Amino acid sequence: MEAIVVTDPALLEVLSATQPSAPPAALETTVRAALVLAGILCVLASYRVIRGPTEPDRVIGLDAIATNVVAIAVLVALLTDRGLFITVSLVLAIIGFIATVAVAKFLTEGEVIE
Amino acid sequence: MIRTTIVIALVVVGTFFLTVGTIGLLRLPNVYNRMHATSKPTTLGTASMFLAGFVHFGPGAEGLTALVGILFLFLTIPTGSHMIARAAERIGVPFVEGVTWPDPDALERPPERTWDERALDPGDSRRYETGANRPGESGESKD
Repeated sequence: MEAIVVTDPALLEVLSATQPSAPPAALETTVRAALVLAGILCVLASYRVIRGPTEPDRVIGLDAIATNVVAIAVLVALLTDRGLFITVSLVLAIIGFIATVAVAKFLTEGEVIE
Repeated sequence: MIRTTIVIALVVVGTFFLTVGTIGLLRLPNVYNRMHATSKPTTLGTASMFLAGFVHFGPGAEGLTALVGILFLFLTIPTGSHMIARAAERIGVPFVEGVTWPDPDALERPPERTWDERALDPGDSRRYETGANRPGESGESKD
């Protein structure tokens, strides 16, 4: 099966208009830099998870990481121009909240579901 | 063009607030202070990111999902932080020097007593702990 080569400029214009356009260069650079910085922040927050003197410190570190991951999902949505990742970030936020509540209940009462 | 500029500005603001929150998480001295540092700036930072998503995708399906995300964050992050603070206080993580719980009775969890019983008890040490922080409720004024 041979590839279809479009040479008609008017048809090319129509085709390029229907494709999801690549983000502008400045936006892409900013979003990529923000992605790298958010990843670094996740690694830095894991210091508090590993080293934190008490258990609530670790929970707070995990909470910060979860919020950073939500921001990363939104940034991926901006970078790839796909709105699906906004929904992904919402689901991640829900999971993070449930995890926080469960761990707080576990620390207080020693069990989550009795 | 204007839309791209707004999205870039919101992403920069969100990254700034996330950075501030993580620095506070690493450097503040106490569980309660660290939680204060992470909850508010990360809420603002992620809400700014969601706003960038809303501006980028427009008021369609994805943009409205981003707005729902902002609402969800503003509801859940204070709730989770409050529950962690309560758990930390229940398992006995100490406060920084000179800080007391707003209601010291809740901190010490005494058996249920009326205010008159406490005022008549000369050995109630909580009155002297709380007198400096709660003007007008020193105990002697009830006599």
